[in-house]
Amino acid sequence: MADTVYHQTGRLAQFVLRRDRIRIPIWLFGFLFFTLIVPIAFLGLYGSQEDRDIMANTMENPAMVAMVGPADLTNYTIGVMTGHQMLLLTAVVVGLMNILLVTRHTRGDEESGRIELIRSLPAGRLANLTATVSVYSGINLVLALLIGVGLYLLNIESMDLEGSLLYGAALGGTGIFFTGVTALFAQLSESSRGTIGFSIGVLLIAYLVRGVTDVSIEALSWISPLGWVTKTEVYGANNWIPIVLLLIGSIILFAIANYLNAIRDLEAGFFSAKSGKRYASRFLQTPLGLALRLQRTGIIAWAIGLFVIGVSYGSVLGDLDSFFEGNEMMMQMLDASGGHSFTEQFIPMLMVVMAILATIPPVMAMNKLYGEEKKGRIEHFLARSVSRTKLMASFLIIAVINGFVMVSLAGIGLWVASAAVMEDPFTFGTLFVAAIVYYPAILIMISVSLVLIGLKPNFSSIVWFYLFYSFMVLYFGGLFDMPTWLEKISPFGYIPGLPIDNMEITPIIILTGLAFIMMLIGFIGYRKRDIEV
Amino acid sequence: MSAVVETRNLTKMFGKFKALDGVDITVNKGEVYGFIGPNGAGKSTTIRVLLGILKATAGDATIFEKDVWGDAVEIHKRVAYVPGDVNLWPNLTGGEVIDLFLKFRGADINTKRREELIHKFKLDPTKKCRTYSKGNRQKVALVAAFAADADLYILDEPTSGLDPLMEQIFQEYVFEAKKEGKSILLSSHILSEVEKLCDRVGIIREGKIIETGTLTELRHLTRTNLLVATRSPISDLNNLKGVHALKQQEDAVSFQVDTEELDSVIKHISSFGIEKLESAPPTLEDLFMRHYEGEESGDKGGAANG
Ligand SMILES: Nc1ncnc2c1ncn2[C@@H]1O[C@H](COP(=O)(O)OP(=O)(O)OP(=O)(O)O)[C@@H](O)[C@H]1O
Ligand SMILES: [Mg+2]
Repeated sequence: MADTVYHQTGRLAQFVLRRDRIRIPIWLFGFLFFTLIVPIAFLGLYGSQEDRDIMANTMENPAMVAMVGPADLTNYTIGVMTGHQMLLLTAVVVGLMNILLVTRHTRGDEESGRIELIRSLPAGRLANLTATVSVYSGINLVLALLIGVGLYLLNIESMDLEGSLLYGAALGGTGIFFTGVTALFAQLSESSRGTIGFSIGVLLIAYLVRGVTDVSIEALSWISPLGWVTKTEVYGANNWIPIVLLLIGSIILFAIANYLNAIRDLEAGFFSAKSGKRYASRFLQTPLGLALRLQRTGIIAWAIGLFVIGVSYGSVLGDLDSFFEGNEMMMQMLDASGGHSFTEQFIPMLMVVMAILATIPPVMAMNKLYGEEKKGRIEHFLARSVSRTKLMASFLIIAVINGFVMVSLAGIGLWVASAAVMEDPFTFGTLFVAAIVYYPAILIMISVSLVLIGLKPNFSSIVWFYLFYSFMVLYFGGLFDMPTWLEKISPFGYIPGLPIDNMEITPIIILTGLAFIMMLIGFIGYRKRDIEV
Repeated sequence: MSAVVETRNLTKMFGKFKALDGVDITVNKGEVYGFIGPNGAGKSTTIRVLLGILKATAGDATIFEKDVWGDAVEIHKRVAYVPGDVNLWPNLTGGEVIDLFLKFRGADINTKRREELIHKFKLDPTKKCRTYSKGNRQKVALVAAFAADADLYILDEPTSGLDPLMEQIFQEYVFEAKKEGKSILLSSHILSEVEKLCDRVGIIREGKIIETGTLTELRHLTRTNLLVATRSPISDLNNLKGVHALKQQEDAVSFQVDTEELDSVIKHISSFGIEKLESAPPTLEDLFMRHYEGEESGDKGGAANG
């Protein structure tokens, strides 16, 4: 019986590794690099305990806790500081890696009919799932050890072996947990898009739940797996229980996934697809309508997501307010810094994070044009007297509106929640304008995507690196004292941080104009190049 | 004769939808079994149940007298499968995929055989699968299948992307396999292919096998096309039992005759002094049309013949 179920798991595991032999090292190297560079940078910037205590002071507020989690701020060593500012965010990205790669080997292969071929060979029913889960558990273990040993070898005083290994284990454990989450949704959902969507949904909810509970009732954040990550208290209490929880959770997830895989038909899921409409509505018959229909679910999910993120951040602002009210010294410090309240000073930082998140769906919407092309579905349009310009314009219109809606929703969410919780709330205009002012930067990202699709479609994913870069420099720029020109490589670096900075209209106009020119170039390129099949 | 594949009352539900409704098929050793039927009739579903990747709702299915679900791995060591829509890993080359499939069987790869097949099918095994055309992807699966030393070949529209030259090569290998005493289950929409290759045919419609037997047997169920010129006009032809689709041509009449009435019809017309008699055997297509179109159109069934 075991033979029918697991036969050839080993060979399939080799095959998974063989297919990811480039991807895996890139991810691992990326995690190692970004993890090790941070304590080194901190050592240079915040070498003395006084420096770090100042940093700890600015960290001691609900907004930061919501974003990166709590930490022992009375003992803010380089180790604690690294763990505080990096561990949770890195864990989220590790989760993301596992979601993307595990989906590829499970539902992705199944959806495209490749598992059918494997299953027609003498391979066990559960062999592919088991192989994928084993390989990725192994990869996460390697990640844990690499990070653990790597951090220890930096030889920084406060970073002992146990703390370093725990740091690595928290990342690896989160990775294994999300391998399990993805393995489960790969059984439930019928498509790889669905698998990725649901798994990322779990990741985001885990992050938000942890944020809200960390700020309100910290003990409650034990309900979120991402809450466990900060509960390890690396380089401090060094608590291993969360790691055990992550592993137990993973085993349960693997078991359920295995069971579901064993009882279901190949290519079937448990979230059944409804049968659709018989006739295409008039709107669907236009390329614009189809482009919209293809992404409808995704757009709605993102819209809800951004609104919720706005609300979550907004709800923290109230706590922030009362936090400062009870703190005389802080109040005085604030008066000294130019008349802006601390709460106000947080707005630009929240906004930039939300604006960058709000850039993801419009860029996805634009890149969808190339995604459809790669799947050979664009031909259907071009063969039916739809011009390329019209086709590209349809996707662009959706992206442009999408971006506006997303960033607005984030701003509105922030306002709604902050108005409810703050004693002296911001006006709607203040927050909405502070959000919408990022729109030109979003337009630039959309146009970068469009230009790449028009000229060098193979490189269309570069836009994601650009966006990631923007996030890194803007989010960590302040923390690491990075030179400002690094920020100026990103369009987000030109946007005035309202309500702290003065409104400047020039960069807004220039960015918008530049986006327009790039779009034009993209359109011209798209008309001239070959369509891939 | 021993049955290599045998299903009894095989039923498969997708939710409330009954895709297979009591399918009985038998494929004997050394036989090519043609499996035909309209789109959505349940051919691929049957095949997937046989491969143990869909679980039957009711009924039994065995291959080599083993249960297709419980003993899938054991069975697959001796089965080779080619689907109609071959999807491969974009980053691997065709050669790598062929080796992967062969290694999965556990046996050593017969390199000579592999090279011969690659050469015959004119496949470039060094190209990445992403760059292959539909036909070329299908060739990869065919090479992997025929290079494996299987006892049963399950082929689901294996030639839907092949050019006529390659189709020829494919047929050669089917014949070769048959000569070696292997069994083949071939589902196809190319009726000339089925007619040429298959010993027995099963026709499935709406999840039910509606006809099964050798081609000769099945021909009895259909009509022969006749073109007759006689010295004196044939009287009463219209009212004769088993005559259909009567058409007056310039100096002759054409019509169809139910095979079982052929004898009496010929006797009748011979009394009018036959000058010319052309007959065309019913093609599989006639048969097919008659069954595919359903009961209500049974009468004009044979007329589709050209
Ligand atoms: N996973 C599934 N869920 C629901 N219905 C399905 C599923 N797979 C197949 N069907 C339905 O079962 C019926 C039989 O499909 P099947 O693929 O076996 O047809 P087929 O005879 O191979 O057709 P074709 O000649 O087009 O390949 C069809 O009506 C199809 O819609
Ligand atoms: Mg089929």
